[in-house]
Amino acid sequence: MNSKNFELFRMLFSIVIAVLISLLVIFFLSDQPLLAIYYLLTGPFTSVRNFCNVIESMIPLIFTGTGVCIMFSANQINLATDGGFHLGGLVAATIVLQLSLPSGVNIVVALIAASVAGGLFCMIPALLKIKTEASEMVSSLMLNYLSLWFCTFILMYFLQDPSKGSASYKFPDNAELLTLISGTNVHIGLFIALIVAVLGYVFLYKTKLGYELRLTGENKDFARYSGINIVKVILLSQLIGGLIAGLGGGVEILSPIYTRFTWTSLLGYGWDAIIICTLARKNPLHTPLAALFIAYLRTGASVMARYTDVTLEIVQITQGIIILLVVAEQFLSGTRHKIIAREAKAALKEEEGVA
Amino acid sequence: MADLENNIVLQMNHIMKIYSNGVVANEDVSLDLVKGEIHALLGENGAGKSTLMKVLFGLESPDQGEIVLNGQATTIKSPQDAISKGIGMVHQHFMLVPSLTVAENIILGVEPRKNGVFIDMDQAVSAAAEIAEKYNFDLDVKAKVEEIPVGLKQKVEILKALYRGADILILDEPTAVLTPQETEELFIQLEKLKADGHTIIFISHKLDEIKRICDRATIMRSGRSMGTYQVKDITTEEMSRLMVGRDVVLTFDDKKPAQVSDVKIQVKNLSVRNGQGVLKVDDLSFELRGGEILGVAGVEGNGQSELIDTLTGLNKHYKGVIEFKGQDIAKSSIKDIRELKVAHIPEDRMVSGCAGNLNILENMFSNQYTDSEFSGKILLKLKRITERTEELIKEYLVKCKSYKQNVGMLSGGNIQKVIVAREFSTGPDIIIANQPTRGVDVGASEFIRRRLLEFRDAGCAVLLISADLNEVFSLSDRLAAMYKGKFAGLFDDVSKVTEAELGQYMLGLKHQEEQGA
Repeated sequence: MNSKNFELFRMLFSIVIAVLISLLVIFFLSDQPLLAIYYLLTGPFTSVRNFCNVIESMIPLIFTGTGVCIMFSANQINLATDGGFHLGGLVAATIVLQLSLPSGVNIVVALIAASVAGGLFCMIPALLKIKTEASEMVSSLMLNYLSLWFCTFILMYFLQDPSKGSASYKFPDNAELLTLISGTNVHIGLFIALIVAVLGYVFLYKTKLGYELRLTGENKDFARYSGINIVKVILLSQLIGGLIAGLGGGVEILSPIYTRFTWTSLLGYGWDAIIICTLARKNPLHTPLAALFIAYLRTGASVMARYTDVTLEIVQITQGIIILLVVAEQFLSGTRHKIIAREAKAALKEEEGVA
Repeated sequence: MADLENNIVLQMNHIMKIYSNGVVANEDVSLDLVKGEIHALLGENGAGKSTLMKVLFGLESPDQGEIVLNGQATTIKSPQDAISKGIGMVHQHFMLVPSLTVAENIILGVEPRKNGVFIDMDQAVSAAAEIAEKYNFDLDVKAKVEEIPVGLKQKVEILKALYRGADILILDEPTAVLTPQETEELFIQLEKLKADGHTIIFISHKLDEIKRICDRATIMRSGRSMGTYQVKDITTEEMSRLMVGRDVVLTFDDKKPAQVSDVKIQVKNLSVRNGQGVLKVDDLSFELRGGEILGVAGVEGNGQSELIDTLTGLNKHYKGVIEFKGQDIAKSSIKDIRELKVAHIPEDRMVSGCAGNLNILENMFSNQYTDSEFSGKILLKLKRITERTEELIKEYLVKCKSYKQNVGMLSGGNIQKVIVAREFSTGPDIIIANQPTRGVDVGASEFIRRRLLEFRDAGCAVLLISADLNEVFSLSDRLAAMYKGKFAGLFDDVSKVTEAELGQYMLGLKHQEEQGA
């Protein structure tokens, strides 16, 4: 192992430790631990339906994960993705319910509007920060509730189907995203998500604005000194991250999973996005893989919960430990130092050999 | 010195220290201390002196090697551990609480207690006064640290270490912040401490000071020890040769006479206040023509940083007029100013000169990625940028594995080369260089200085701000001494002013009646 792939090793090691601890917890809590563990690890493969469930769950995670990768790359700890996703869902639902646009056009318009809504919403914390120096972390956290209750208000006053309680009227049939595998909920949103992840990567690593964004995120004094308009870059970065989160919300609500708008509590995709972003190391290209891992784990857990006495929440422990270990800089720092020292010593020897 | 062997209080044997970014700061360094000596640790910036002392003081743990204290091998785990073993350190940047009194600072962490809970302030004051008197340090222990001058702050630091029972005292470049008078006073005190049986490690790169006060000197060069010498047996020339590995070129004999052209920078009645409203640049006027280097010498904090920030557009709040090539920059953004072909080498390379977590390529283009050569409307032309980066790495002799290496993993000198390469590769008309060779090894310094001369010869206007008198003298065509926001002296002929004379202007002891145009 060398210092280059050490970080990858550290992450995999963190995952292994987290899974082992979860297994240990199951072992002590469950009456049928081996069965529970079996379902947790292999659940997604027990049926086509379960496997497709993994794919479906990946989609919103890729969207919000990519959005957060972009926002965090600008060193803005903006947690408004959750609210942006929610708002995106509401806006898409409202458009397909309230405007009778031709088939196809309605979905496109709904998704664009969802995206714009998410983008503008996620830009608010950055605006507040620039104008008032309010911490974007605190303001975005609070804004999520604003988004939730605003969406609930719209749902209850304008979209509600009185016969259904807290749900909107049924979406028109022509407003559902295409199903890819019949009999399952795997839908075309998967392709949109993958395209977004690739575009997110191209944006961050190949474009001028992406370069400005990363420079600002790594050292904003350096960016400013270089002539970059950091206010503009910070605002745009949050807008773009929010556009993706909002689009994700729109895609999710128009997917075959939902036939009505029913979100009356925050879905937590904003938080999941931070896990995805951490695992993807802020590179959108890696978000599908990270999303696959999280989705697999959750599907496995739900299969386990269905057939055994262990509850779904066990995955929260796994996720929590992974994040803790991955972000804990000092975890395995001794090993890292040894590797670096060994390489440095080898380089010294080589130099002497040449000299 | 016959019983030298018996009097050894400390040995550091074959110390190796590698930092987590892969930089080998100490390769194989050994050092021994004789009781009651003043031992110089001599070396350039980046030679590894501070690292070695951090290892001794428990701030860093060595990767190899051993420390033998009073004949016993030991490990020093933390500064607390070092203090309890009788090792004290006075850092270059003082570690004092400005809002507390001298006495409170001295006892901080080892406070005398009343009833086991409360701090016994009376005893603290008397204890502090007592130790100050014992070592003949003349200072008021009830004064607040923020109100006393730098020289006294240093005394407080030394007393702090002595109060904690330090037998071995490490002084990290103690004279860097002192005036000549304060330095003299410090030396007298050090002699006293020595007579009292204390052992002192004196870190410095000022050879005359070492000659003046030290008994032995260990010389370091790029992480290795070049040997320990009796100071009286070695000349300053030999010391400097051991320190840098060859004879130092201090003057550029081949420097051509300046061929000045039109005015590139015109500053009229410039006044700048800092964030606290203190006037830092005071009604300053000067001009700078193409083909000449204007050197600005001065003690740090006399308005140099504010002047540079204002010239480069980082600060937009100023009175007066600044024109670059005849164009007023009052409304120009940093980018606009850069587009006037102004290059800027910033004072602190890690603060605003680079992004340590990004690679060399990404650091090499922050000022020119918008150029049509390197980007289209949206996309970067990464292939072209990579080619150009590789050219620049070769041209500027940046020592690295590849352009993909993070800048934070390079040594200070190589980071500075990346910055200089970036700034110079745009073909500037005006170069504003603030401490361009601070903390950079001699080889890289010489390289950077030579580049500055080449640009000057090519018609570029160079404003050089430097605390290194040697540097301003050898490079400048005209020379200014900055004191309290003004040019206390401006000399059109560098050969007509001596270092000592310039020093007097820098300290405000002398003023020219009329400032240069």
